[in-house]
Amino acid sequence: MRPLLPALTLAALLAAGGARAELIGDAEAGAQAFNACKGCHQIGQGAEDRIGPHLNGIFGRRAAAHDGYAYSASMERAGVDGLTWTLETLDAYIENPRALVSKTRMSYPGLKNEQARADLLTYLRTFSDNPANIPEAAPTAIGTDHSVDPDILAIQGDPEYGEYLSSECVSCHQADGSALGIPSITRWPEEDFVIAMHAYKDRLRPHPVMQMMAGRLSNEEIAALAAYFKDLD
Amino acid sequence: MTFNRRKFIAVGTAAAATLSAPAVLADGHGKPRVVVIGGGSGGATAARYIAKDSKGAINVTLVEPSRSYFTCYFSNLYIGGFTDLEDISHTYGTLAAKYGINVVHDWAVDVDRDSKTVSLAGGAVLPYDKLILSPGIDFVEDAVPGWSVAAQNKMPHAYKAGSQSELLKAQIMAMPEGGRFAMVAPPNPYRCPPGPYERISMVAHVLKQMNPTAKILVADPKPKFSKQALFEEGWQRHYGGMVERIGPDFGGENVSVDTEAMTIDIDGMVENVDICNVIPAQKAGRIADMAGVTEGNWAPVNAADMSSKVDPDVHVLGDAAAQGDMPKSGFAANSQAKVCAMAVRGALTGSKVFPAKFTNTCWSLIAEDDGVKVGATYEATEEKIAKVDGFISQTGEDAATRKATYEESVGWYAGITTDMFD
Repeated sequence: MRPLLPALTLAALLAAGGARAELIGDAEAGAQAFNACKGCHQIGQGAEDRIGPHLNGIFGRRAAAHDGYAYSASMERAGVDGLTWTLETLDAYIENPRALVSKTRMSYPGLKNEQARADLLTYLRTFSDNPANIPEAAPTAIGTDHSVDPDILAIQGDPEYGEYLSSECVSCHQADGSALGIPSITRWPEEDFVIAMHAYKDRLRPHPVMQMMAGRLSNEEIAALAAYFKDLD
Repeated sequence: MTFNRRKFIAVGTAAAATLSAPAVLADGHGKPRVVVIGGGSGGATAARYIAKDSKGAINVTLVEPSRSYFTCYFSNLYIGGFTDLEDISHTYGTLAAKYGINVVHDWAVDVDRDSKTVSLAGGAVLPYDKLILSPGIDFVEDAVPGWSVAAQNKMPHAYKAGSQSELLKAQIMAMPEGGRFAMVAPPNPYRCPPGPYERISMVAHVLKQMNPTAKILVADPKPKFSKQALFEEGWQRHYGGMVERIGPDFGGENVSVDTEAMTIDIDGMVENVDICNVIPAQKAGRIADMAGVTEGNWAPVNAADMSSKVDPDVHVLGDAAAQGDMPKSGFAANSQAKVCAMAVRGALTGSKVFPAKFTNTCWSLIAEDDGVKVGATYEATEEKIAKVDGFISQTGEDAATRKATYEESVGWYAGITTDMFD
């Protein structure tokens, strides 16, 4: 049985944070959910790095900032760009890891169920001393839906328009897939591309140039780019 | 191959002269003709995109006197010892071989907009349906009293990369111990707004290692400059006490030089210097003037397609264009060239024309692994290219961020030069 948030607190949260829904997480249910993570991650006393880093103290930590774990180049880059693990970014990452950071070692398809994510985050939070931006009243999780609207994913892009728009991308990203200093964007599945661009547009992904570039692309333009890149060798 | 093609076009000119309709094409294939003057960031990109995307439907001729082109961007890094001159040198073989662009190494000496022809110093006359001018900059005469292009070997500008960059670097390497390096910074608008200040950073970087008691003096007519807070923070941190900048409030706009005596006169105060890097006021490359498309020092253009305000069949790209809010940079020229290429292709072959979008990002290196950047996006309005959104690096950023920014610039250089020359 999940604890209920007192009505007063809920009203206060809504007043302070606008229309965003706040879900209450259940740490016990989260501990069960964490079983799916245990193959790679340890947490709690004596936790060590395995395939993935241990997750003690994850809240408030810069991405790829835990010493001693060999992160992927993508995660290192996300950390340098300013990605910090907060309730919101962890929620987005667990929902769909590749939406937030492409090409990491985390081969996890994502957890779509909002309540299950809230539970998991509540559990993870109990192993962080100073969880940032979590209301202290009770364990809660922000239930923002980070997934891209299926209607947006369903837009059929115009590859010819995408080809023109892509000329802006190749001023920096090399068409031969070289990833020196700037990541490669070739051979990217269409849906992943759309999800990643919307994550920049929503400023979940941190890089300032990409936030600016994606910020002015319409849904149709992102679809057009994806349609063009899909067929690029 | 190139010779034959040039000859072929020269023959075609004679045929075109006998026909009244300019759209009747002289090369026997009925193809529309585009002539691009200037093989830098704007011209090479425009030629490449028109040839690549029209898939042979348009004849593209690129006129560029130099066989090797040195990018101005990263030429400061050459001075600072972070790259070699050959790494910023590019040739035109791929544009000819892969895209069928007719690359002509010659000077364009005249444009006749009535007959729609370009005359070359070698005597050839090139007819065009669309002309793209991307001539870069020339210097305003007498902008700095006492200095002229004839004296550029005594007091180099090093603001067109190549032998001038080599000369300035050689002077720095040979500078006497505890000597003085002076720069005369240019007034707005000019090529690469952060360029003079990145140069100061790179000179300071070299002197700090080789000649740490040397001093750098900058006479600047501008009260403010690009990335000022970032540069000044960096100079303080890395080169404390070495750089002195005299702005207009202390006479930095009232400067003359004596190239024989090696002195610089700043508002009546005469200083002996060992090196004097004079970056004069700038204007559009001369061919823009000869084509009659300039107004004052620059060529006004329509933002939607970079066409000249005085002739819809002439387009002007990059530093030479007066376009609105974009800085004069290689990135900007590359971005404008793609908009122009799409519009030219649309006009000549009926291909789709999409709304113009422009981008610019300028990276600068302050010291080893200390890179900063500024960037913005732009769209076309009726009167100009207008800024939409932008960002700039922050003062006080951590070392990892600055290192990543520098590495990003190295990746960008590889990316953008591939987008122009490969």
